[in-house]
Amino acid sequence: MPIQQANWSPYDNNGGTCVAIAGADYCVIAADTRMSTGYNILTRDYSKIIQLADKSVMASSGFQADVRALQKVLEARHLVYQHQHNKQMSCPAMAQLLSNTLYYKRFFPYYSFNVLGGLDSEGKGCVFTYDAVGSYERVGYSSQGSGSTLIMPFLDNQLKSPSPLLLPAKDAVTPLSESEAVDLVKTCFASATERDIYTGDKLEILVLNAEGIRREYMELRKD
Amino acid sequence: MIVDSSSPAPTKNSLLLSSEADLQRTQTPYVTGTSVIAIKYKDGILIAADMGGSYGSTLRYKNVERIKPVGKHSLIGASGEISDFQEILRYLDELMLNDSMWDDGNSLGPKEVHNYLTRVMYNRRNKFNPLWNSLILGGVKNGQKYLGTVNMIGVHYEDNHVATGFGNHLARPILREEWNENLTFEEGVKLLEKCMRVLLYRDRSAVNKLQIAKITDEGFTISQPYSLKTQWKFKAFENPTVGAEGSW
Repeated sequence: MPIQQANWSPYDNNGGTCVAIAGADYCVIAADTRMSTGYNILTRDYSKIIQLADKSVMASSGFQADVRALQKVLEARHLVYQHQHNKQMSCPAMAQLLSNTLYYKRFFPYYSFNVLGGLDSEGKGCVFTYDAVGSYERVGYSSQGSGSTLIMPFLDNQLKSPSPLLLPAKDAVTPLSESEAVDLVKTCFASATERDIYTGDKLEILVLNAEGIRREYMELRKD
Repeated sequence: MIVDSSSPAPTKNSLLLSSEADLQRTQTPYVTGTSVIAIKYKDGILIAADMGGSYGSTLRYKNVERIKPVGKHSLIGASGEISDFQEILRYLDELMLNDSMWDDGNSLGPKEVHNYLTRVMYNRRNKFNPLWNSLILGGVKNGQKYLGTVNMIGVHYEDNHVATGFGNHLARPILREEWNENLTFEEGVKLLEKCMRVLLYRDRSAVNKLQIAKITDEGFTISQPYSLKTQWKFKAFENPTVGAEGSW
């Protein structure tokens, strides 16, 4: 029997953009709510953000079925952790778990581009950024997804994060206030929406701080 | 697939290693259904689909029911490979049977069934042997309306209106313009018929024999098959080459 060529792909790109910014005592995580395939919009109201633990929020874009499966795996693993340790997972712990979970499928990856945001054990904002197979690092801010190429340079310019190569290490979290950071995120998405066809419809913003978690929405262009 | 006597009987090892394993995997669909469209309306969900089963470019079967009830609270509509849809119905039958065997007064609602289907579709995709369908799952439970969709690679979402296949290109734009959350049953049917008519004109796999199904808190009905009126007597269709003699 001659070698068959696959005539279907197990992957699709459902688009979207995610951003996270770490502050001194808060963390902002945001993503648009558009879900697309090819040149079609499937729905304008799909959340890419999930709260995995008290102080860990993940935003993911890419192939939606893989994103959802990944979210479910992490949710389940967190539940087991809570049963075994009688406490919530810290954000850095969740960060490692996410990395390991992604690498576990190194040879049939989750097509999911993630940013994990939250508060570390000292209450400072933390952001972790990933590729599809689990390579990650802690940063002061990051964006992933279809609009990341438009947003990342803008964030680099506005947040002027010190080089991670400096010794002694300089703090990566932004000195901006919470409301300034939220405004910056809104500006990022308004701009990305103009030029990226996969970003738009609505922006969902989650803010984590000592008081808890707050959710905010902003309309984006629907074209 | 023609398996003749010259190929050796597959042993267990060779089944896993050789291309005989590929005989077991879906590579292409054979008998397929085209678009399904669905909307939420005031009292529940409306789903429409034609009754065609195409065999490539042949409109082979014209009495295929592509909308079926699932338990008391849901309806499923399917496009894509009909045999895979039949297998999904068998899975759902087993699911609902096990659910009712608990005999605990609880029954699976549309959200739960949709979640189950999503996991089934995704898991088959993971094994590179997909169920070649795009499914719509709609229903009402305890007054809560639910409408979701899932396709062969596991991509899923819920919305106020959903469609599969060509319906995404032709029907969704109409629904985006004209849908509102207070549609009456008559208005909903009219809106779906408008979409089905466009699909009938523009989708070559569409057949003019459709069913519209409704589900509310009270229960479900699937209409008897009927046809849409179409209009072909346009002046431009008469003497079509009059402006360019010799053309077709």
